[in-house]
Amino acid sequence: MQVNGEFKPLIVAFCCNWCSYAGADLAGNNRLNYPAEVKIIRVPCSCRVNPMFILRAFQRGADGVILCGCHPGDCHYTSGNYYTRRRMALLFSMLDYLGIEKERTRVEWVSAAEGAKFAATMNDFVEKVTALGENKRLEDLRCKK
Amino acid sequence: MLNKTERQKEQILRMSGVNPLKCMRCGKCSGTCPSYDEMEYHPHQFVYMVETGDIETLRNSDSIYKCLSCFACVDRCPRGVEPAKIVEAVRLTVIREKGANHLTANEIPALLDDETPQQLLMSAMRKYSK
Amino acid sequence: MQRIGVFVCHCGTNIAGTIDVKAVAEALKNEPGVVFSTDYQYMCSQAGQDIIKNAIAEHKLTGIVVCSCSPRMHENTFRKTAAAAGLNSYMVEIANIREQCSWVHKEMPVGTEKAIILGKAAVAKVNLNAPLTPGESPVTKRALVIGGGIAGIQTALDIADAGFPVDIVETKPTIGGKMAQLDKTFPTLDCAACILTPKMVEVAQHENIRIFSYSEVSEIKGFVGNFDVTIKRRARYVKEDLCTGCGACTEKCPQKKVPNEFNLGMDNRRAIYIPFAQAVPKVATIDADYCTMLKTGKCGVCSKVCTAGAIDYQAKDEFVEEKYGAIVAATGFNPISMDKFDEYAYSQSKDVITSLEFERLTNAAGPTAGKLLRPSDGEHPHTIVFVQCVGSRCAACAEKGKEYCSKICCMYTAKHAMLTRDKYPDTDVYVFYIDVRTPGKAFDEFYRRAVEEYGVHYIKGMVGKVSPEGNKLKVQASDLIAGKQLHIDADLVVLAAAIEPDKSARPLATMLTASMDTNDFFTEAHPKLRPVESPTAGVFLSGTCQGPKDIPETVSQAGAAASKVIGLLAKDKLTGNPCVAHSDENMCNGCSTCGNVCPYGAITYEDKEFRMPDRTTKMRRIAVVNEAVCQGCGCCTVACMSGAMDLKGFMNKQIMAEVDAICK
Repeated sequence: MQVNGEFKPLIVAFCCNWCSYAGADLAGNNRLNYPAEVKIIRVPCSCRVNPMFILRAFQRGADGVILCGCHPGDCHYTSGNYYTRRRMALLFSMLDYLGIEKERTRVEWVSAAEGAKFAATMNDFVEKVTALGENKRLEDLRCKK
Repeated sequence: MLNKTERQKEQILRMSGVNPLKCMRCGKCSGTCPSYDEMEYHPHQFVYMVETGDIETLRNSDSIYKCLSCFACVDRCPRGVEPAKIVEAVRLTVIREKGANHLTANEIPALLDDETPQQLLMSAMRKYSK
Repeated sequence: MQRIGVFVCHCGTNIAGTIDVKAVAEALKNEPGVVFSTDYQYMCSQAGQDIIKNAIAEHKLTGIVVCSCSPRMHENTFRKTAAAAGLNSYMVEIANIREQCSWVHKEMPVGTEKAIILGKAAVAKVNLNAPLTPGESPVTKRALVIGGGIAGIQTALDIADAGFPVDIVETKPTIGGKMAQLDKTFPTLDCAACILTPKMVEVAQHENIRIFSYSEVSEIKGFVGNFDVTIKRRARYVKEDLCTGCGACTEKCPQKKVPNEFNLGMDNRRAIYIPFAQAVPKVATIDADYCTMLKTGKCGVCSKVCTAGAIDYQAKDEFVEEKYGAIVAATGFNPISMDKFDEYAYSQSKDVITSLEFERLTNAAGPTAGKLLRPSDGEHPHTIVFVQCVGSRCAACAEKGKEYCSKICCMYTAKHAMLTRDKYPDTDVYVFYIDVRTPGKAFDEFYRRAVEEYGVHYIKGMVGKVSPEGNKLKVQASDLIAGKQLHIDADLVVLAAAIEPDKSARPLATMLTASMDTNDFFTEAHPKLRPVESPTAGVFLSGTCQGPKDIPETVSQAGAAASKVIGLLAKDKLTGNPCVAHSDENMCNGCSTCGNVCPYGAITYEDKEFRMPDRTTKMRRIAVVNEAVCQGCGCCTVACMSGAMDLKGFMNKQIMAEVDAICK
């Protein structure tokens, strides 16, 4: 969306409860700034994220969607993030085909100890999405109020 | 740009299909080698020296001709490194530069006679046709 | 429609310093469903909680949103507050406006705007929340330990000492496992039997422990706290309650040519046998494969000599059904087969032996009564070559060896070499190694003692070939440090064979729905933080079934597994996590996809009768989630192709509502 003539992207971040959400909390504890455009949704595991949610976000006008989960091998539920990795590889390549640039979607592994990584990742992601500008490809204008 | 050593190394690894980083330095190849005492550099050294880029030393050594290509080291290596293929690749780089390279399949019938063991021909094919 | 209350916390200035809390409370007032909105200095304080309680009562709230710190911090606090006011505790949602908003954004307008959006998302979610009740299931206060080696013994003793009944199931006629076969144990060199057999006796005499020897688990059903297990007691043709273990039968049995597996086939036993003198239970067993009476019906010597009348040729396999609250896998290991290692001539020469065979050769109760003699001619060997990493760290061929390090070989080889030099100073002992790995308490000192005090020749390099010539073994090996190829005429070659999980582990894992790695070791729930639990609730791991381990490590893991079991059995009821998967039976088509991705085996399938519109009925296969087993990861919900599977507390429509609220 445009704020005072400046483009501010709308970013939805899905964070798994055990690693990445805690990593985001740690970024807060350490007062590491990242753009307010990032809004976090808590899910039990990154494998809970249905591709439907991501499509929904783009439909409703999100400019970028990022998924954060535990590092491979560290999943609280043993194998959830492996499913995430495969599912998202498939979804993102399909989205790329639909014209949602690869830079608008991302899967990142952030552990509960990586507050700094969380902030750095969000800064980088917002920067990349801002550079791409508004996502008009999948936005459903009927959803606009 | 790769320098000469890097080019050589790249060529040897490509020809042999060997990844020397798989080697865990156990020395079983040299423990099993029947021509160990004939060789100045031994199978495990070939793997290590190619990895570290000390290739010219190997090329100038007689050891490349002392390898029997018996492949005992290939069979017994616990990590699947295949040292004999590295020895063969180093030897091939030397042979090719001497010009006596590329034995083609068409040339073989002329070389056949009852005395020549077939294994020799196979070995020659392997040495000269890459 | 819900009646939602919104409570915005200042957290002193932590939140209020960057966020206009009044504006947030005001903005959220207009959200659908919100009937009450307020802010307060410290919501988590007693006074703050009272505000929430009063508002719930006064405004008849059906759901609350607390805009405060991370739910990881105070979600439980506010859930309890809600419960105290009579509201279902799962009708509470937290909007994280501290860690993820006020602390990471500096400007008031930006922070306030984001806080409002986060609050809206939480309100949107609560609107779709449904009250959840954690399921409760009773706990059967009895544990099952599968495997009676040192791991199983220690686990069983620790659980039994805490007052819970334990059953041990062991496939062999006696408990004791591999440790019973060992001679001395590193690094202190106390004899294995001296420290193991008292524990075996303790197990036998413990009032809380039952031993099912010569038995195996044939079926496991149920889930944590409520396993139904069928144990097959193989016919041993000797009545356990009558046999006194006098051994008269084992001396008189005419069938003398049975390879003795306890001594790894290096000597023979009778068809009726007691594996070793200190066996527990000390009861004879008839080996049906060799017993003349059972095969031809003509013999019966053992029955005649048995004064207790314990022999029963008519015995049949029996099945015992029992309920358990927890199951411990302690299935242990075996050395790998040496058949594929032709270069070491294991199959060609009797004098090439594995390390476990060497243990028996040096054991006072072994085939040579503890004298180190060559198996081929009974001569005393003068030159002994030990080869390490035989089949360990072998990535070249999966059929031949194992990619992992077997962990115990460096130490037992040092022990063998040291003991040999100690007993027979006239022997030359060579150890060929790739690396010597001795990371353990007093381990490296032990290895160095073998070299420095006992004069064992450690040579960095590998043996390439062993060829029997005459009564010698020609060993060809490389010495990498000297840059030489060595040729040693050895009398005995000892191979440190890699270890692999027992073959029974894989079918057991299938029965338990416990996961395994590619090497058939059981997977732990977390490699660092939950090392003795299987991801499957109620299943625990003890000893080498989880990975290669020496005895000290096995015993400590066994104790850890026991303490986890005790923690489980001490509970009268298990309270589940109510945020579990749930399948809509009307949408489910029984395709099995969800069951395949479930890491816990929580999903089963059953046939259910459905009434069709035309009044007929139809059987359909549907998925059923066991709420006591499900951990609520939600993987199945995404895998489900028909959209039947959903996760309570994180339902598809709830998450989508959050997405919508954020993207408005």
